[in-house]
Amino acid sequence: MSREARGMMSREARRLRLKRAARRCFAALWPPLAFGALVLGGWEAGARWGGLDPMMLPAPSEIAEQFQLGFASGLYPQHLGVTLLQAMIGFGIAICAGVGIGALISAVPLVERTLNPFLIAFEAMPKIAMAPLVIVWFGYGIWSKVVLAAAIAFFPVLVSTILGLRACEPGRLDVLRCLGASRAQVFRLVRLPSALPFIFSGINVAVVFVLLGAIVGEFVGAKAGLGTLILAANENLETARVFSILALLAGMGMLLHFGVTALRQRLLFWAGPQAGPPTA
Amino acid sequence: MTAIDDRRAQPGGLNQPRDGTPLIAVRELSKVYPMAKGERVQALSRINMEIGQGEFVSLVGPSGCGKTTVLRILAGLIADYTGDVSVSGKSLHGPSREVGVVFQDANLMPWRTALANVLLPAEVLGLNRKQARARAQELLSMVGLEGFERKLPGELSGGMRQRVAIARALIHDPAVLLLDEPFGALDAMTRDTMNVELAAIAARSKKTVFLITHSIAEAVFLSDRVLVMSSRPGRIVEVIPVQLPRPRGLDIIVDLGFAATVLRIRRLLDGDTASALPSIAH
Ligand SMILES: Nc1ncnc2c1ncn2[C@@H]1O[C@H](COP(=O)(O)OP(=O)(O)OP(=O)(O)O)[C@@H](O)[C@H]1O
Ligand SMILES: [Mg+2]
Repeated sequence: MSREARGMMSREARRLRLKRAARRCFAALWPPLAFGALVLGGWEAGARWGGLDPMMLPAPSEIAEQFQLGFASGLYPQHLGVTLLQAMIGFGIAICAGVGIGALISAVPLVERTLNPFLIAFEAMPKIAMAPLVIVWFGYGIWSKVVLAAAIAFFPVLVSTILGLRACEPGRLDVLRCLGASRAQVFRLVRLPSALPFIFSGINVAVVFVLLGAIVGEFVGAKAGLGTLILAANENLETARVFSILALLAGMGMLLHFGVTALRQRLLFWAGPQAGPPTA
Repeated sequence: MTAIDDRRAQPGGLNQPRDGTPLIAVRELSKVYPMAKGERVQALSRINMEIGQGEFVSLVGPSGCGKTTVLRILAGLIADYTGDVSVSGKSLHGPSREVGVVFQDANLMPWRTALANVLLPAEVLGLNRKQARARAQELLSMVGLEGFERKLPGELSGGMRQRVAIARALIHDPAVLLLDEPFGALDAMTRDTMNVELAAIAARSKKTVFLITHSIAEAVFLSDRVLVMSSRPGRIVEVIPVQLPRPRGLDIIVDLGFAATVLRIRRLLDGDTASALPSIAH
């Protein structure tokens, strides 16, 4: 077969593959798109002609307009930046503390026995209730929000880390043990990588929790952030604006979630697409 | 030296190597597992055996008779036993570099490529990277996995994974290779092939091999001697020398000497007269 013919073959094959991918994409996307369009259409119609109270449910077009306005004026990006910064720092702290303390707990039984009751008590407490106190301690700046976000997101990471480190297959440990590997080597080469699928399921929860912590903190007391914008708009009865910020938050949460998923795929190329223990 | 001479001087019997000095020596080995509620399981009772340099010895016995326990003690994974175990003349305390282990499951790290899995012991032991890499490549070719270096365990078949595990057990050039039912999970055909390969690997690398298996035919096909265990408590009841010329091919199953040896071990294990044995794997 000539090279030209082979090139044509592969081009043809690529075209076919693209076509198949597009069809699969369409098959996956049409139900939610159709549903969304139906709801938004009905909502819009209800707002225009059905006498929906704009104070309760403003028309989607109005919300979109507020959304666009907020971005054009530079107001949303500025406050979004503050909220995102707080959430991300809190996220980093939650992951480091959760994995670190989780590793310590599963490595040293005495630490586990010592901390266990306190951790259970702390986990049982609704962390949001600490918000006013945290503002008093850390002020109106970003750090009170960082602390709140980290405190809420810490537990899912901690619990999943402990579960993951515990679930390590004994056979894998034997491989290292019969080489006389040190504890540090066992941790680095087997336990931690084995626990990663678990840890990522905790991180998936944490990424949603940090946004929650940041926004609640901003509600209780802050100088800037999307939470303060929501409060202000609410007081002025600018319901459309509130909705536009909620939409922004939803979008941001989804982006963060996709970010975590992408990172998961990079680090856990060897595990299945689901969170949880690896199968191979 | 004197210790070895002493042993040689002892009225040996068959559970001593046919030739050479013993690389592994086990004396009066007993093991009790403590159980919940203060119960105790006597897993091994006064096991004695010697395995010579370059010898291929198999251990067969009914399920639960303590085969894995023997292997785990030799691998340094169990420390609380009574009796003496020595490898290369040194008494064994914990894991030894002289030993490479292949378990029933390949136990590969799914996040590492085949090559990186073979290199894992080299990393743990801090061996020279470049040399280890070259050796890992060599070992992968030896087990017939050339071209699969970059594949993840999830992309390999069960037999291929087990071959990676064998290469991994050999990377640090141990004197002894311990195998615990390495092909138990494979189908009969693949198992026959793997047995031929294992025989070739053992011959080429001149390793001392200790193999645990459920398959009598497999044990006879591969071994210089077969140790037969019985259970409750686990002890060695008989040592059967295999006097068949090497190299052995799969057609050895029609050899009368082969059949007679298999039959003898089978009788020891279940007292029954065994039925015909069509495949090496059964
Ligand atoms: N960790 C353990 N704790 C308690 N008892 C154990 C433990 N491991 C093995 N035993 C007991 O010791 C005995 C020997 O077990 P072992 O695993 O060595 O048998 P085996 O010959 O390898 O069996 P199989 O052929 O099924 O693999 C069994 O009765 C088993 O119940
Ligand atoms: Mg066993």
